[in-house]
Amino acid sequence: MTSTITPATSAISVEEQQFNDLIEADSRIEPRDWMPEGYRKSLVRQISQHAHSEIIGMQPESNWITRAPSLKRKAILMAKVQDEAGHGLYLYSAAQTLGATRDDMTDALIAGKARYSSIFNYPTPSWADMGSIGWLVDGAAICNQVPLCRASYGPYGRAMVRICKEESFHQRQGFEILLELMAGNEEQRQMAQDSVNRWYWPALMMFGPPDDDSPNSAQSMAWKIKRHSNDELRQRFVNMLVPQAAVLGVTLPDPDLHFNEETQQWDLGEIDWTEFHEVLAGRGPNNAQRLQRRRDAHEDGQWVREAAAAYARKQSALTTTLEMAAS
Amino acid sequence: MSDDTTADAPADTHGDDHGHVAVDITTLDAELIEGPSDATADIAEYALWLGDDSLILAQQLGAWISRAPELEEDVALGNVALDLIGHARSLLHYAGTASNKTEDDLAYWRTEPEFRSLHIVEQPNGDFAHTIARQFIVSHYLFELYSRLRASADATLAAIAAKAVKEVDYHRDHSNQWVLRLAHGTDESRRRMITALSDLWPYVEEIFRDDPLIDRLEGVAVRPSSLRPAFDAAIAPVLAEAELEIPRGFVASGGGRTGNHSEHLAFLLAEMQVLTRAHPGASW
Repeated sequence: MTSTITPATSAISVEEQQFNDLIEADSRIEPRDWMPEGYRKSLVRQISQHAHSEIIGMQPESNWITRAPSLKRKAILMAKVQDEAGHGLYLYSAAQTLGATRDDMTDALIAGKARYSSIFNYPTPSWADMGSIGWLVDGAAICNQVPLCRASYGPYGRAMVRICKEESFHQRQGFEILLELMAGNEEQRQMAQDSVNRWYWPALMMFGPPDDDSPNSAQSMAWKIKRHSNDELRQRFVNMLVPQAAVLGVTLPDPDLHFNEETQQWDLGEIDWTEFHEVLAGRGPNNAQRLQRRRDAHEDGQWVREAAAAYARKQSALTTTLEMAAS
Repeated sequence: MSDDTTADAPADTHGDDHGHVAVDITTLDAELIEGPSDATADIAEYALWLGDDSLILAQQLGAWISRAPELEEDVALGNVALDLIGHARSLLHYAGTASNKTEDDLAYWRTEPEFRSLHIVEQPNGDFAHTIARQFIVSHYLFELYSRLRASADATLAAIAAKAVKEVDYHRDHSNQWVLRLAHGTDESRRRMITALSDLWPYVEEIFRDDPLIDRLEGVAVRPSSLRPAFDAAIAPVLAEAELEIPRGFVASGGGRTGNHSEHLAFLLAEMQVLTRAHPGASW
């Protein structure tokens, strides 16, 4: 847009001053407002990554739709995975208001060039994983996302309001699955504990690298896209989990976890960031499978999308012809 | 944390709530649980017919979620599946009142010959055109069925039908739209639509076949053969606009209502029941 007219002097343009004033006043930036190119790029990156995460995130759970152990659980799981498709749609739409196209974003995802949350590269070998994903993964996502409802970019903040509302149901249903399993037989309790053991650390890694190793955080916080640091959010999450784990009767797999009287917080043991970087680098358990499945769905559906587009063109041509005949 | 969420989230403002199933709504409607009376053995059998059709079709559609041609269809097919699983739960719950069984006892612990589903719902998803052809046939049938079942002498069946008919009306519309898009889209989509309709059509006749059970349920059940004229009349204009002809060819002998199923059902049940059967007596 007009970002090329940045003056050569140290004085900033009128538009940039207006943008800075809006950020300062905690107002929303809207699609037609001027914005620095870096702000736009940063948002497109963050929003499209979030959308991709919703879409790839459907896979570990849809894995259990056909095998859900009761009709009630089947209905809930279908509704949840379907919500995730809806979240992907709102988020792609929000990114589109910044000039990104859905085709480009989809192509980048399928080509393996776009990032999505690494957590979805872990497998779901047991039903209890539907509980852990809700309780831990959606729980972590909520901690990350609630502050985003106040993100400075209007369409993103508004999409997040709707998403967070649904995520809180998702988290609750995950907790309920684990609660039911923990009240069940020995095999069910074992299934739940084993699943929590597998998902706990990856869920903590969802908040991103430690603050002193997070390249994009400072600028995002200055622009009020992001409101809290990775470590602050992670700490908040663990403080919330500890009493919930006690209610469930599951053990959080961190022998060093202890309450710090001085800070009144739960201090956690050291996170193995090697694993995080391995999964991020494409060496996680399911990276290849997740991408292949998305590509297959996209390619298998190509002829359907082409048919819908061709039909829409024909209908629109027909309408034009009819209108011309009538006039 | 959920308090934070609530504080930040305004009231839901989107207009059309169809298919928007909040995941906290998990119980059956009260009127369906507190039905006026338990089902008789014959009514339970009839409820199984209808409940199994919905259950098997929902199970198939659920497999599309995360694999659909576009995100909008992940959502749409998910909506249809959710509606159908809702109908199945109500009907199986009611069927179970005759034998003191739960909806899950019936869904997960019956063997293949004990199922009562029609062969059409057992046909695999195939490509998107096959799923649409199956939806087109079944939703039009269900719409005619539930429209009439609203007047059933059985209050529970009438209540279930009154709720279901509004939902299958959407399913009918969804499939009509796709039949038109595929038929008039590209050469490839037209070819696939014609193939799919021809592959599914052999299973249409079984839907409208009568059974001695129906004679015993006069005024309660809807006679399948009586729905055929309305079904034919409802699909005709869509097929005409799509420039598709009713396929002539095989007629499958069927037998689902007496427990004689297609080769596909055993695989579907094996997958659906595997976890539950590995843990007898467990609660989920």
